[in-house]
Amino acid sequence: MKTVCLFFQIHQPFRHRRYRFFDIGNDHYYYDDFTNEAILRNIAQKSYLPTNKLLLKLAKQYEGKFKAAFSISGLALEQFSLYAPEVIQSFQKLAKTGCIEFLSETYSHSLSSLKHKTIFEQQVKLHDKIIFELFGVKPRIFRNTEMIYSDKIGAQIAEMGYNAILTEGAKQVLGWKSPNYVYVNAINPRLKVLMRNFKLSDDIAFRFSNTNWAEYPLTADKFVNWLEKANPKEELFNLFLSYGSFGERQPKESGIFDFLEKFSMQVANHSKLKFATPSEVIEELQPVSAESVPHPISWADNERDLTAWLGNGMQKEAFEKLYNLRHQIAKCTETEMIKDWNYLQASDHFYYMSTKYFSDGEVHSYFNPFDSPYEAFINYMNVLSDFKIRLNTFVPEDEVENEISALQKIVAEKEEKIRKLEATVSALEKKGKMKKTRLK
Amino acid sequence: MKVLMFGWEFPPHISGGLGTACFGLTKGMAKLNQVGVIFVVPKAYGDEEQSAIQLIGANNVPITRKEIRFEDVQQKIDYYEVESKLVPYIGEEEFWTLKSRKYSKEMRFVQTNDGYKIEFSGKYGPDLMQEIRNYALVAEIIARDNQFDVIHAHDWLAYPAGIAAKKVSGKPLVIHVHATEFDRSGGNANPRVYAIEREGMEMADGIIAVSTLTKNIVAEKYGIPSEKITVVYNAVEPVVNGDRKRLQKGVEEKIVTFLGRITMQKGPEYFIEAAGMILKKMKNIRFVMAGSGDLMNQMIARVAELGISGHFHFTGFLKGTDVNQMLRMTDVFVMPSVSEPFGIVPLEAMQFNVPVIISNQSGVAEILENAIKIDFWDTYAMADAIYGLLNYGALATHFKKEGKQEVENLEWVNSARDVTEVYNSVLNL
Repeated sequence: MKTVCLFFQIHQPFRHRRYRFFDIGNDHYYYDDFTNEAILRNIAQKSYLPTNKLLLKLAKQYEGKFKAAFSISGLALEQFSLYAPEVIQSFQKLAKTGCIEFLSETYSHSLSSLKHKTIFEQQVKLHDKIIFELFGVKPRIFRNTEMIYSDKIGAQIAEMGYNAILTEGAKQVLGWKSPNYVYVNAINPRLKVLMRNFKLSDDIAFRFSNTNWAEYPLTADKFVNWLEKANPKEELFNLFLSYGSFGERQPKESGIFDFLEKFSMQVANHSKLKFATPSEVIEELQPVSAESVPHPISWADNERDLTAWLGNGMQKEAFEKLYNLRHQIAKCTETEMIKDWNYLQASDHFYYMSTKYFSDGEVHSYFNPFDSPYEAFINYMNVLSDFKIRLNTFVPEDEVENEISALQKIVAEKEEKIRKLEATVSALEKKGKMKKTRLK
Repeated sequence: MKVLMFGWEFPPHISGGLGTACFGLTKGMAKLNQVGVIFVVPKAYGDEEQSAIQLIGANNVPITRKEIRFEDVQQKIDYYEVESKLVPYIGEEEFWTLKSRKYSKEMRFVQTNDGYKIEFSGKYGPDLMQEIRNYALVAEIIARDNQFDVIHAHDWLAYPAGIAAKKVSGKPLVIHVHATEFDRSGGNANPRVYAIEREGMEMADGIIAVSTLTKNIVAEKYGIPSEKITVVYNAVEPVVNGDRKRLQKGVEEKIVTFLGRITMQKGPEYFIEAAGMILKKMKNIRFVMAGSGDLMNQMIARVAELGISGHFHFTGFLKGTDVNQMLRMTDVFVMPSVSEPFGIVPLEAMQFNVPVIISNQSGVAEILENAIKIDFWDTYAMADAIYGLLNYGALATHFKKEGKQEVENLEWVNSARDVTEVYNSVLNL
């Protein structure tokens, strides 16, 4: 019996509007509501809703035989509730079927795992909280932003109590080894590692409608046949996809929905193939070995590393400047500030600043609201400058400012006291006057 | 292969990018070592660098052919009657004596000096149209006296010369469009210039445009089929090593520079508006407008009106080494051109490790990656980009490193190779 593990990622950032330097200190609203709503409505209509509908149908039709896992970033969930609440409802319906597993991730789809333990933990907790509120489940499996993973991150995840993590079956770490087994973390072997089969996953996500591809057209029969013919010892096919692949990247007209339906039907009815959620996979299958990943990997680009987000000086500076604020943020309790802080952390902002793709910038420009990485950088830094100014008013940066704010607090308290006393005095005076008049 | 090239200026006597481009191209050709160049300018001063080419000044070409010894004036005239229908005259008196004889209608008279040479200023003065015509006359003679395979004329001032040379020699003509009248005038094209340009383009066997932007203008505004036009981008001469030292600037503040003619084409007013916006937000910054032009007084007035004269400086026209000096002191270079066929100055700035902001309406924007590109009219974006470069260190650092590298890969020898391709195609090689 071979297992097919289907996993879908959903994330949408809060894109910034053109935020010029004149706005710094004057205007504290950073978001392009129109674009965010338009993009979200569009992808919800084209992809999320119809795919959810199909999955619901599959779950009911093949009772318990169809399984899939999701991780939906907190920012995406926030946008759903703002612009397309019906998407959340349809996920809730899916959740009720019991065929769906929700995975944990960072709330902002952030890069915090690369920076700071506490921030990372906060981000993950926040995400698990919203998942529990909406779907009533507590995730046991973790999927980091864009499949970013290293031994260290894995060890931390294990410490935080998760049983397994999903990541890319990157060639530079797997080498001759196959992603079609369960592995474990090199530091803490209690954490299982599921590695994405990028060949099979990308056949669906990227190549499905590519007419120049030798395997075009890809049919369910053909795909299932590939799985059947695989090395008999291999036990697991990790198909990890971006959910937008259905209906967005691969449009409805390409037949992607039919493919998904037929494929699911064939696997569900197959004698030697079956679906399983990540939790089931790690219960049923024995890990074959530890996989050492000393340097972080991801599922992005050919390099499968971090260069899409932290490849150039601009990205690194923006990243540093953002997380330099963490001490101040820790002391801040303003909900508006925390909200902006979460939005600012989205990895997408750093992705827009990438200079890797001048020549073949297809994928990057596809997702990018900016004309150039420089514009993206300037815009982000302007926003960050304003955010910092606001943060300073709530949580002063250094000793002197701290003292000033403490004094200001005292002054404010004293003033409040004086006002109260004045009120009492005037009240007493009134009383006195009244007494006097009465005496008269 | 030998090419006869006509251009209006050649370093060090230049007023803009045209001479620089011609010089770079001929140097690239020399490196390529496939094509010999005879370069003709209206006025040779004698101090031009001629290592790469053979330079001829039209002012040094006697109208009479040296190798033929003439007995008297009559014979001379006979010769021109037959050969070029060109009658030289030295002074007014002689002109009338000559004029009183009988000549056919096709005969032309031209004023020469004692050596039977035509005087040229080589400038862009009031007699420009006359000079262009004279230049074309001399071109005929040069074309007859020299051996070559292709004619190459740079910009409209030299098109008539190129055409004349083509008529005499029957060799193919390539014209090189560094700018069009539409770029220079901002839409109000001078009909005489337009006519000259259009004739050049129609007579040419091949057209080289310095950018796709220019190619489109040539195709659309002059009605030239675009198959006839090839885009060859300019490059930049590497600066001499010792020249790269960053000199001490006199002020503490950051310097933001505009460098170019102060004319409508270059968009100086947008630079000033952006400066006004930035100076409201930060003061430790100085703006410099280097160059001169017909809009200069207007610009000075606008700067005063905005009340930013304390932080905004005009230098007037800068020459060779002063330009480098200026660029060395610069922290951000801005080229807000309204219509710039190519634009070499940003490349020079990048050589001096200066981050650049260029308008999308410039040809150089088509090839540069490590530059911030904005629309010339979008002063908000321009101000924002300047602010970003001055305040967010990583951005400037990125441009200094990557920009420099990028610009070092833009070599004239590559442009020369592309130009040679065009020669080959007009020669059907």
